Amino acid sequence: MYSYILYLAVAAGTLYLIRMLPLSLIRKDIKNKYIRSFLYYVPFVTLAVMTVPAIFYATGSIISGIAGFATGLILAFFDGNLFRVALGSCLAVLLTEWILSLAGYL
Amino acid sequence: MSNRTWYGKGIKDGIPIALGYFAVSFALGITAKEAGITPLQAGCMSALMLASAGQFATINVIAASGTLLQMAFTTLIVNLRYILMSSSMSQKLDKNISFLHRLFLPCFVTDEIFGIASGVEGRLNPFYNYGAATVAVPGWTLGTILGTAVGEILPDRLVTALGVALYGMFLAVIIPGARKNRVIAVLVVVSMLSSYLFSILPVLRSISSSMRIIILTIVIAAVASFVRPIETDADQAGNTAKEGEV
Repeated sequence: MYSYILYLAVAAGTLYLIRMLPLSLIRKDIKNKYIRSFLYYVPFVTLAVMTVPAIFYATGSIISGIAGFATGLILAFFDGNLFRVALGSCLAVLLTEWILSLAGYL
Repeated sequence: MSNRTWYGKGIKDGIPIALGYFAVSFALGITAKEAGITPLQAGCMSALMLASAGQFATINVIAASGTLLQMAFTTLIVNLRYILMSSSMSQKLDKNISFLHRLFLPCFVTDEIFGIASGVEGRLNPFYNYGAATVAVPGWTLGTILGTAVGEILPDRLVTALGVALYGMFLAVIIPGARKNRVIAVLVVVSMLSSYLFSILPVLRSISSSMRIIILTIVIAAVASFVRPIETDADQAGNTAKEGEV
């Protein structure tokens, strides 16, 4: 059992190092095309993996989660604006849950 | 674009992040309260860490009165993906920035800020991240404090619905890229399907979500880089491969 501040210092310090070391050590453009491609593909893969399946289970019901996901996909495909896609997904979830609760499923 | 323009753009794109953060950190605050952490303590943790799963893990270690070594190890494992994100960001970043940016910028490498920073055209100016952090960090911190202090004030349903904003943003970053580039489209579909399968198949589903994110990112991005390596510098400079500006 340690003080809260000590726990927090260790957690925050470790986290800072994890984020800081790659950014301060890799200062040049990587010439190797495989490593370069790998790092280029990382955001797409990691964000896709973080979205599915988490979004299905993030709401009050899996149905509203799927509605939020589908709305986000469609808006992102045709519009792409961060704010509108984010807000549209939220509204889809709220609307679906409102309908579900009216129908007595929630 | 000037630093000022980048900063303003960051603030604008940071608003949906702040909204989603407020909701998610509100839930985090409720967990913190249950672990006996005060609103001020929880607020400090959020301002210093800016990590959702990472903070849940931290709270767990504190609640279980773990050792400091356990704390460091748990933090490392749960947040391993940031090594990949920071490495990827190092390539996207403008190369002419001062070294101090490389020490300050990492304070704000979150899933969401990384996401929108990956989505900007051409090279990344760190002031874009600072702009996003200017609105996102208060959203995250205030949400945590309020969640810890008055967790029951907002209806659950509103909190969870607002939390979906973060996933909506992830989609807004990856889907336009997938629309422009077929390799990325395949990559996104394969990533989502694999992640879903990992969450339901026996044995594989016992892997924690933070490990699943790392394993799938390394494997899928590595396979893609061998099957479809990017040849030219122009492709690599911006994340909108086909437009290749800069």
